[in-house]
Amino acid sequence: MSNLGKYNLAFMNAFEISEDQLTGLKYQDIEAWDSVGHMQLVAELEDAFDIMMDTDDIIDLSSYEKGQKILSKEEYGVEF
Amino acid sequence: MGKIWEFGQFGKSTAIEDEYGNRMTYDVLNSEACVLAEKIGYRCLVFVLCQNKIGSVLGYVSFINNAIVPVMVNSHLEEGLLRNLLTTYQPAYIWLPKEQLELFSGMQSIHKAYDYVLLKTGYKKEYSLYDELGLLITTSGSTGSPKLVRQSYTNVLDNAQSIAKYLKLDSTERPITMLPMNYVYGLSIINSHFLVGATMLLTDKGLMQKEFWTFFKEADATSFGGVPYTYEMLDRLRFYRMKLPSLRTMTQAGGKIIPELHEKFARYAEETGKNFVVMYGAAEATSRMGYLPPERAVEKKGSMGIPIPGGTFHLVDADGKEITEPRTTGELIYEGKNVTLGYAECGEDLAKDDERHGVLETGDMAQFDEDGFYYIVGRKKRFLKIYGNRVNLDEVDRLIKGGFEIEVASAGVDDHMYIFVTDGRYADSVRDFVINKTKLNPAAFRVIIIDEIPKNDSGKTLYKELAKYYE
Repeated sequence: MSNLGKYNLAFMNAFEISEDQLTGLKYQDIEAWDSVGHMQLVAELEDAFDIMMDTDDIIDLSSYEKGQKILSKEEYGVEF
Repeated sequence: MGKIWEFGQFGKSTAIEDEYGNRMTYDVLNSEACVLAEKIGYRCLVFVLCQNKIGSVLGYVSFINNAIVPVMVNSHLEEGLLRNLLTTYQPAYIWLPKEQLELFSGMQSIHKAYDYVLLKTGYKKEYSLYDELGLLITTSGSTGSPKLVRQSYTNVLDNAQSIAKYLKLDSTERPITMLPMNYVYGLSIINSHFLVGATMLLTDKGLMQKEFWTFFKEADATSFGGVPYTYEMLDRLRFYRMKLPSLRTMTQAGGKIIPELHEKFARYAEETGKNFVVMYGAAEATSRMGYLPPERAVEKKGSMGIPIPGGTFHLVDADGKEITEPRTTGELIYEGKNVTLGYAECGEDLAKDDERHGVLETGDMAQFDEDGFYYIVGRKKRFLKIYGNRVNLDEVDRLIKGGFEIEVASAGVDDHMYIFVTDGRYADSVRDFVINKTKLNPAAFRVIIIDEIPKNDSGKTLYKELAKYYE
């Protein structure tokens, strides 16, 4: 699966939503993306890409698009 | 009934700061509280739709200090459940965030302050209120049952004083909100800190948001309180690496934290010169009943500690006989002035007086060790704590049966509820229904389809037989 595919799947699993809901999605836009959901998302992303995210990046991950930017950083090296 | 807080004595000290940079001194809090109470002008029932905002706190303290009885509910409570509560108790007024005004278009707005609005409901009936009744709050539950805990003025004051004493609170404290104020643990932080002239730092942001930590650092927060799930999230955030020099104390309540995490946070606190305080409580005891002195936190991991100042614990066996042997399980009984009056399930119950007389059967099964430290080992009643919220399983079953007319039994462990149904066609809709009613994150709920709900000959559900599906 492509990195984008894995990335999308992490969101879909964490929040139980479909792919067409992802674009523009932000923290608290949907009920499932609360602090509990956020933790699920981080767990999914860390598993999918076999990474350990930094605290600052975890709390900075405030939207679907922002997450891509964070994971593209050198320390995680995920290319989309 | 005297006042709980004497705001005047703290004058120009800051009572509240919020994440948007707004500040309110004790003097202003005092005068604004008087203005609001005068708009109402008599002892009656007011629903407070709570948020961690200045207007919400102002309303709460104004009502308590002026003998007006607040009913504390979450502003995000599902609308149907809120309307059910309103019809049950027929409050004279509602104090709510202005953005929720449209929910009550037929009611008259008579006062506005700090983004909150006072609405006159126009309900014809006003139930009579017992003289000592101070406030009403849900049992940290979120299924919207009309059952409320009746807390007296003495309950609130006594528990707040006790907390201030064992946590050694003073005016330099700056607790940051992590819990909602319609939740007794969150409310107890406000109650105890306003007694000592401390500064409440208010935010509705969560610990997974950057804004929360920015506010935390800029406002020099000294303490926070979290439920077990909060500490799991902090652990995942690798909290131990964050630089938080202003932080002095972390408290934990709202369910039993797993011993490994207890130890991790206790050690972190020990190494960084902070305090980690595990506590035990319930809405029925106003808020707190037990605490583990921080200097014993590492040594006594897994324990919820000793009774708070002014309270006592003892254990009784199934025959009601007192247990004197350490490491023996029995039901935990608490005695103290913070044991609440009892429950209300309908408007008429608001006139009831003290039904407990200072003694609370907690429904928790516990043991004590040779040093007199208590350990919670189980529960007598069928409820789970989900993200710190008490969810009554029988009530969930009843709601589902009412909504779908199907066979159902729910069970599980804290933070994980399993809903058993026999008709697979309803699996998704039942789950959505429960998520919507509880407003809790879907991650906590799973539906399992089985052929038959196990029952005994008299038709009683055998919940223990369901455990094999999830343990």
